Amino acid sequence: MSLYLSCDSLARAVGADAVASALASQDLQRTSSRGLYWLEPLLEVDSPQGRIGFGPLTAADVPSVLDALRGEPSSHPLALGLVEELPYLKSQQRLLFARAGITRPLSLDDYRAHGGFEGLTRAVTIGGDETATAVFDSGLRGRGGAAFPAGIKWRTVRATQAAQKYIVCNADEGDSGTFADRMLMEGDPFLLIEGMAIAGITVGASYGYIYVRSEYPQAIATLNEALEIARTNGYLGANVGGSGLAFDMEVRVGAGAYICGEETALLDSLEGKRGIVRAKPPIPALQGLFGLPTLVHNVLTLASVPLILAKGAQFYRDYGMGRSLGTMPFQLAGNIRRGGLVERAFGLTLRELVEDYGGGTASGRPLKAAQVGGPLGAWVPPSQFDTPLDYEAFAGIGAMLGHGGVVVADDSLDMAHMARFAMQFCAEESCGKCTPCRIGSTRGVEVIDRLLAAPDQSGRDEQVIILKDLCDTLQYGSLCALGGMVSFPVASALKYFPADFGLQSSEADQ
Amino acid sequence: MPDEMLHLPMVNSLLERHKGTPGALLPILHEIQAGIGYIPDAAIPEIAHALNQSQAEIRGVISFYHDFRTAPPARHILRLCRAESCKSRGAEQLAAQLRDRLQLDDHGSSADGSISLRPVYCLGACACSPALELDGQVHARLSTERLDALLDACREDV
Repeated sequence: MSLYLSCDSLARAVGADAVASALASQDLQRTSSRGLYWLEPLLEVDSPQGRIGFGPLTAADVPSVLDALRGEPSSHPLALGLVEELPYLKSQQRLLFARAGITRPLSLDDYRAHGGFEGLTRAVTIGGDETATAVFDSGLRGRGGAAFPAGIKWRTVRATQAAQKYIVCNADEGDSGTFADRMLMEGDPFLLIEGMAIAGITVGASYGYIYVRSEYPQAIATLNEALEIARTNGYLGANVGGSGLAFDMEVRVGAGAYICGEETALLDSLEGKRGIVRAKPPIPALQGLFGLPTLVHNVLTLASVPLILAKGAQFYRDYGMGRSLGTMPFQLAGNIRRGGLVERAFGLTLRELVEDYGGGTASGRPLKAAQVGGPLGAWVPPSQFDTPLDYEAFAGIGAMLGHGGVVVADDSLDMAHMARFAMQFCAEESCGKCTPCRIGSTRGVEVIDRLLAAPDQSGRDEQVIILKDLCDTLQYGSLCALGGMVSFPVASALKYFPADFGLQSSEADQ
Repeated sequence: MPDEMLHLPMVNSLLERHKGTPGALLPILHEIQAGIGYIPDAAIPEIAHALNQSQAEIRGVISFYHDFRTAPPARHILRLCRAESCKSRGAEQLAAQLRDRLQLDDHGSSADGSISLRPVYCLGACACSPALELDGQVHARLSTERLDALLDACREDV
């Protein structure tokens, strides 16, 4: 009887290793995580119907679970039944995370047994033109937040002549509330490697970099091991997957600068410089790393490519709505009862995500708002929770979907504090190149402080006008999304939660 | 500082190894810090010489990134996540608890050199907030009791 327990860093952060030690004498496999984090550490056990689960476990629960397994498993108070029948998981559409919780991250056999390298094989068979066309036709858009059509970048880099081109994977997942990149790198590293190898042979790049934030040491270690295994097995090197084309890559580690998640700052950082944002144009597809044509994509974008090749562009675009095609791994975080990863086609509503999947707040207190898309995303009040999760629909309500992270807050969270924090964070992390962001963020903290300290209505009115004006300056005058979007959390907090700033709703609306 | 000179053979051998690596500065700085615990002042002219850059450029990079230290760290490094997800689950109360127990501000080191406190903005543990990292190990679903227990364990091995 095989037992399965995740080796994901978050499962370990809530005690999976202690559970593993308590299970020492059992036949235990350490797999990736299902992403059902509220149940971690989640122990799964083979049964004739499929894997059954127990969780969340502590080491102290292990003897009673083993007893139950010798008798009637469902009698254990932490028994969950068949894991794949749990509604949270069963109702998902797991394309990108199809192997999550099932395979061992560094087992090439597991990866191949579950569809691994079918995309690369297909890409080698059909050649670069058709591969680039498949990516274009799939409707895949950049999953890092900006949602730029991936196929256009591929065609641009492919069409550009240069002695050397690069693939750069942006794995600087710094946004609070997001962890899908981390899960994928720790849990299914060969998928990212396969996606990058396909990208390399398609656009004519012979070298790639994965730029991983230093806060993810386990992802870094797992990727480095996986690269070595892939190299030994001919998936990287002089003849990638039998294509006759060369591609290799390495992992580079960030150093704690949030701005390096911005693609041009990331390129400067890779070049060994301060992570300073570059003005565009020139776009990185034409002049990127070391001034050479570079395909820059987020982890999830590159990891979507093998599936698109293996199953076809049409299969992929059958998921989703409007111009948001395929699936999105949404991430439920913050004050949420059932935090975890929910991969669904675009188009479900924020309410379904937060209430049906998430089960509302963890504290049991009333829901106040959800910040969607990271620290630069708007705070969305419950009155807008019926908005479908789609890039355009979110843009339509003055919010953004971004990387699909959702941070839920209950009524105890002070939105004035969060608005001030957004400005303070921007001040701390600004690269300093453009004035609105470098200076405006500090002025933003000061204006919010003055607003909160203002003794009377005329004083508050004055500060609200200045704050809104400052938000406009940041939004329209900044070089990149850090300064350009910090106004979203600030302005949305002010608009929907004026009482937290000591304002009547009419004061904030003027 | 004469002590720092003792590290130079190690620094020079890794500089030699990175010769020809494109954009090698961050990997070099990470390796020096991993080996020594911080980036000693004496290493800077060596790095600048090896990369054919000015010392100002090297110092500019070191000061830009939050990770790089120019002084030895305390025995334990505790980084409490202060980003949105953890804030929504009480990270500010934990920060107050830390300040109170350690008599430190958010960026300080305790007088006995046992513990350094730093904020971090997201450890990717957001589904089980609040979280912190202690000596490279992430702990999530924190409570005031668990934080106290972690601090007690740090104090015990001084």
